[in-house]
Amino acid sequence: MSIAAPPQTQATGRLGEIIALAQSLYEDIAFKAVADWKAKDKTRRAIGFLPVYVPREVIHAAGGLPVGIMGGGDMTEIVRGDSYFQSYICHLPRSVIELLVSGRLDSMDGFLFPSICDVIRNLSGMFKLLKPDRYVHYFDLPQNFRSNLGGTFYVSELKSVAGAVSAMTGTPVTDERLRESIKVYNANSRAMNALLELRIEKPWLVPAAEYYLLLRAGFLLPVDEHTAMLNEYTLLVQQSDRRALDNIRVMVRGAFCEQPPVALLRTLERAGCYLVDDDFVVGSRFIPDPIAETGNPWDALADAFMHHSLPAASVYDEKHEKAKKLVDRVREVRADGVLLMAPSFCDPALLDQPMLQEALEQAGIPFTSFKYSEDTGQFQVIREQAGTFADAIKLWGTV
Amino acid sequence: MTTAIKDASQDRQKTMIAEHFGKLSRAKEDGRKVVYTFVPGNLTELLLNFDLLPVLPEINALQSGMRGKTGDYIQLAEKSGHSEDVCTYVKADIGMLKSGNIGPTGEKLPDPDLLLLSYTGCFTFLKWFELLREEYDCPVVMLHVPYQGDGKITGEMRDYVVGQIRDVLIPELEKLSGKKFDEDRLREDLKRSAKAEDDLVWVLESAKHKPSPIDAYFGGVYYIGPIFTSFRGTEDAVDYYQLLRGEIEERLAQGLGPITPDGVMEEEKYRIVVEGPPNWTSFREFWKMFHSEGAVVVASSYTKVGGLYDRGFRHDPDDPIGTLADYSMGCYTNLNLPDRIDLLEKYITDYDADGFLINSVKSCNSFSAGQLLILRELEKRTGRAGGFIESDLVDPRYFSAANIKNRLESYFQMIEAKRTKG
Amino acid sequence: MECYIGIDLGSTTTKAVILDAEGRIVGRGITNSRSNYDVAAQVAKQEAYTNARFEMLSRILRDETGVDKEERESLESHLTAAYAHECFLGQLSRLEQHCRTDLDNPRFDDDRRELLQSVEVIMQGIREHAHRNFQPSATARSDFFRDIAGAAFIDVAAEISRGGGPAFDKLVGMFDRNIIPVENEQETRSFSELLTAAYGRLPDGLRSSVAGLPDTLKAVADTPMEEVRTVGTGYGRVRLPFPKDCIRSEILCHGLGAHLMFPATATVLDIGGQDTKAIQVDAQGVVTSFQMNDRCAAGCGRYLGYIADEMNIGLHELGPLAMASKRRVKINSTCTVFAGAEFRDRLAAGQEREDIVNGLHRAIILRAMSLLARSGGIKNEFTFTGGVAKNPAAVRALREVGEENYGELILNIAPDSIYTGAVGAGTFAMRDVAAGVGANQEAA
Repeated sequence: MSIAAPPQTQATGRLGEIIALAQSLYEDIAFKAVADWKAKDKTRRAIGFLPVYVPREVIHAAGGLPVGIMGGGDMTEIVRGDSYFQSYICHLPRSVIELLVSGRLDSMDGFLFPSICDVIRNLSGMFKLLKPDRYVHYFDLPQNFRSNLGGTFYVSELKSVAGAVSAMTGTPVTDERLRESIKVYNANSRAMNALLELRIEKPWLVPAAEYYLLLRAGFLLPVDEHTAMLNEYTLLVQQSDRRALDNIRVMVRGAFCEQPPVALLRTLERAGCYLVDDDFVVGSRFIPDPIAETGNPWDALADAFMHHSLPAASVYDEKHEKAKKLVDRVREVRADGVLLMAPSFCDPALLDQPMLQEALEQAGIPFTSFKYSEDTGQFQVIREQAGTFADAIKLWGTV
Repeated sequence: MTTAIKDASQDRQKTMIAEHFGKLSRAKEDGRKVVYTFVPGNLTELLLNFDLLPVLPEINALQSGMRGKTGDYIQLAEKSGHSEDVCTYVKADIGMLKSGNIGPTGEKLPDPDLLLLSYTGCFTFLKWFELLREEYDCPVVMLHVPYQGDGKITGEMRDYVVGQIRDVLIPELEKLSGKKFDEDRLREDLKRSAKAEDDLVWVLESAKHKPSPIDAYFGGVYYIGPIFTSFRGTEDAVDYYQLLRGEIEERLAQGLGPITPDGVMEEEKYRIVVEGPPNWTSFREFWKMFHSEGAVVVASSYTKVGGLYDRGFRHDPDDPIGTLADYSMGCYTNLNLPDRIDLLEKYITDYDADGFLINSVKSCNSFSAGQLLILRELEKRTGRAGGFIESDLVDPRYFSAANIKNRLESYFQMIEAKRTKG
Repeated sequence: MECYIGIDLGSTTTKAVILDAEGRIVGRGITNSRSNYDVAAQVAKQEAYTNARFEMLSRILRDETGVDKEERESLESHLTAAYAHECFLGQLSRLEQHCRTDLDNPRFDDDRRELLQSVEVIMQGIREHAHRNFQPSATARSDFFRDIAGAAFIDVAAEISRGGGPAFDKLVGMFDRNIIPVENEQETRSFSELLTAAYGRLPDGLRSSVAGLPDTLKAVADTPMEEVRTVGTGYGRVRLPFPKDCIRSEILCHGLGAHLMFPATATVLDIGGQDTKAIQVDAQGVVTSFQMNDRCAAGCGRYLGYIADEMNIGLHELGPLAMASKRRVKINSTCTVFAGAEFRDRLAAGQEREDIVNGLHRAIILRAMSLLARSGGIKNEFTFTGGVAKNPAAVRALREVGEENYGELILNIAPDSIYTGAVGAGTFAMRDVAAGVGANQEAA
């Protein structure tokens, strides 16, 4: 059976403009947008952060711009980055180093490396050596989830970051300011959730590539602008005449850190898979529900991370509920199957995979798995694999 | 093949290990509870306090590697869905589990009653015990040891770890063992730990002499065995290190070089500092590539994964919980990259090394990510010859003897050529 | 004459050079590396001796006879070709003998007659082919017996099976089985015997063109060449057929060799068949730092080989094709395993052959750049060696990327850069003797 290749749904008019903006931000690997933002006011400071999750509220409250450094994608030619890493290390740190040593991260006043894995952890030390004049901090997220232990530690980490950014911007993070930032990000969360819901309900309205570009824009734009962008897009796209195709509904897991190239997402959709849920850029919606806007805002952030965040391979699954959460989510988004896509050499994703597979097998949920890297240039194998997966589900309801 | 010259200390260690595995094999009938936990930052004294028997999966994996079992184990794990990209310690352990969990002495290892996820300096530990949890019906306790990202242990970090030991670990261990925590006993054990640590440091630092009486990497991994594993805090460990120290003192007095599997090393031609763990599947072959060329490793970072005693840390009986926290945060793999470079630089100068060599191990990103920058920085700072080779911990597919030998010989010859010129 | 020999056993070719007591290169020899390293080393060394004697002859003809240049050159090229022809025929007769012995095997009972006849026809065909091929004007794609004889063997075998003879596969199988022992045997005749035979092959006019030619040839053949010491190096070093103290690492040899060829060399890049080396040397040619590619062959010469195979063109045609590129195509993977698939994918996507191939060259150079960076960057002067240094597209890409990152470069490429490692090894042999390290003779 052949794979029907639908014509690419082109966004036109205002919708087209939004996507074009998101696309240009995505391609802005030199972070020109950040330099432009800073140029408007000499006191402005930008803090780059790596995947997976950083509470951007704190940076925002200190008057800083949190900027996601998600790697160089397939757009960065690696000239020097490879000389820092052995062949068995994933691709993301190569392109990040490439961006750094080629001066493309010069607009960042500081860097945060959340705890994801040993590679990103050590990358923080490399930045300390290569950029001794910048603020470089390994942001240790707690793996103990008691408020008097992990919570206290986490708040101390948050305050250390807040202090460092405040020292740069001159804006202290008061409880009041932090609560305001939480509100602003809650609004962003709501806009994000509305888009996610729409995608789950009518995935043909929100093509994977567009959706992805919108997510990425959130890691570069000031939060208000991004919220407005999401809201406008979600409104406009519902008025579009995009039609549903005979695609299956799949959920993606494993792509939380190193990002797949956009062309890969298009490939998957063209191969007959609507991506109705995923963990791309997962830090952009790591805490799906609104965070408490009253009370002690530090504790609110800690509580949100420890008790209300999405599962991630880099966070200890204390309650042993990874399998259940996965299966529940598949049911919730009515996915026909799961794509376990992990970056090559990604220890957290790949070590998680056997457990996820076991859970899916137990629940009788079809899945398929493959590896990619941010600069994967060949999609033929993946196209065939995803196409076969989609066909099998359409025909037999399973694989 | 020449038979290895065995020291009394080596026999002693063998006996200790055999006894430990004997206890493990009888654990269930003796009613002893078994705790699986990791080497870096391990809380052996605390487990002793509750008469719990530790099992260290990394040690199982490396011993399986030395016995040539890991090739099959790893493939078994890969067949069951593990990627070829990931850590082979984990895969060797899972493969061993699926093959009946037979330990190094040929006896079956007991199932764990608890998985103590002491999470120091390696993210993979977290996944490893999540995976083991799927196989065993037992609780897991997490001890999150924060990383020294900024090159120091802050008060908040210490409070966090102390709090976890006090409020999470101890209650769990009490529950598991049915015994009350005995702080006085812990103090006594910690005194013994510190005593053994003094002797270990003396032994490691004996390599500052020329010729060095020890090899601080290939030989060093044996010397750290007892103290990094299940024996710290015991009388056995104290005795072992006294015995070892005596032997090295003797070698030093006689001006002898290190003992290798092929006999005493005659001429010390190159003094090398090594960063990174060794390869276990071809351990002797790997070692031979050094000693046959007259290369002695005078200091290594790997022998610090279970504690940086040579920087002055000792377990402190006066602050029993705090000292456990400091210990767990102070291991080599928990240091940030700049600090690791400082340490290696210090080794190169303090031990008057001709050069340094990085064994970059595929499995262990905690060590390996950033090593090429370490290489560059050390070359720049010390001006000594830097070498770089790649292998793996226990994946025999990733040890290319010809390739490694080629590089090592080139490296030693480079040192020689530099020296002849100078 | 005192001879110091350097032998570089590479993954695809084995090179030997002979240095005289002053360190001048007096002979070069190259052969394909085969399963038996010992033979490969011996063959390369014999080639180098032969080459040295021919050089000697050339000098005598130039300096001690009044023969004019044109005539001298004609004589030399005829003689060289005839000598090579003789060697070839010697190997061919051994190949024929092996094929015949092979056919004694009972499994050929049914069609032995037919196969023996085919062997006869094939050998005759190869001889005729060789007759044409060993003319002074002929340009061969390869000098190696395996390649020349193999190509002719296949041509004739194809003809035979088309004409109703034994199946092509069966005939070619015979070649594959019997070429290996032939390669692992050495020429039994001495230089003077071969030279005499070659002399006999010269056209009459040439034979008499130089007065006393037979005496001159005899003098050349009889000049004693004393092998004082041999040092070996190369990819197969773990199994090199030399005593341990006569082995030097290829890194050291390449560094020194590059320094000797270009004394101002500071950085050396060598891209060979299956490894790439980046070496830094000081003003005396002593290696101060080096890096080699990791265990996979991505980014080495072999990768280009795969691409050439995929495109069904010769390896040497790849560079010129890439030079025709007008557009830059970014290739991410230099994985040999995916090389073919990536190439097909891109063709299917409508990209031009030359652009893709040019992108591949750039990708290889980028890999090399990372090794260079690891070893300490590129400093002037920068010497590029190894098989890939002959490829103009690789050189262009190296200059481009190198200058983008390290500023203006003095890039040295020697025409005989393939002998860099061997020259270094030979020089080590000399230095050893000067330093009082015992002269060795025959390789163990």
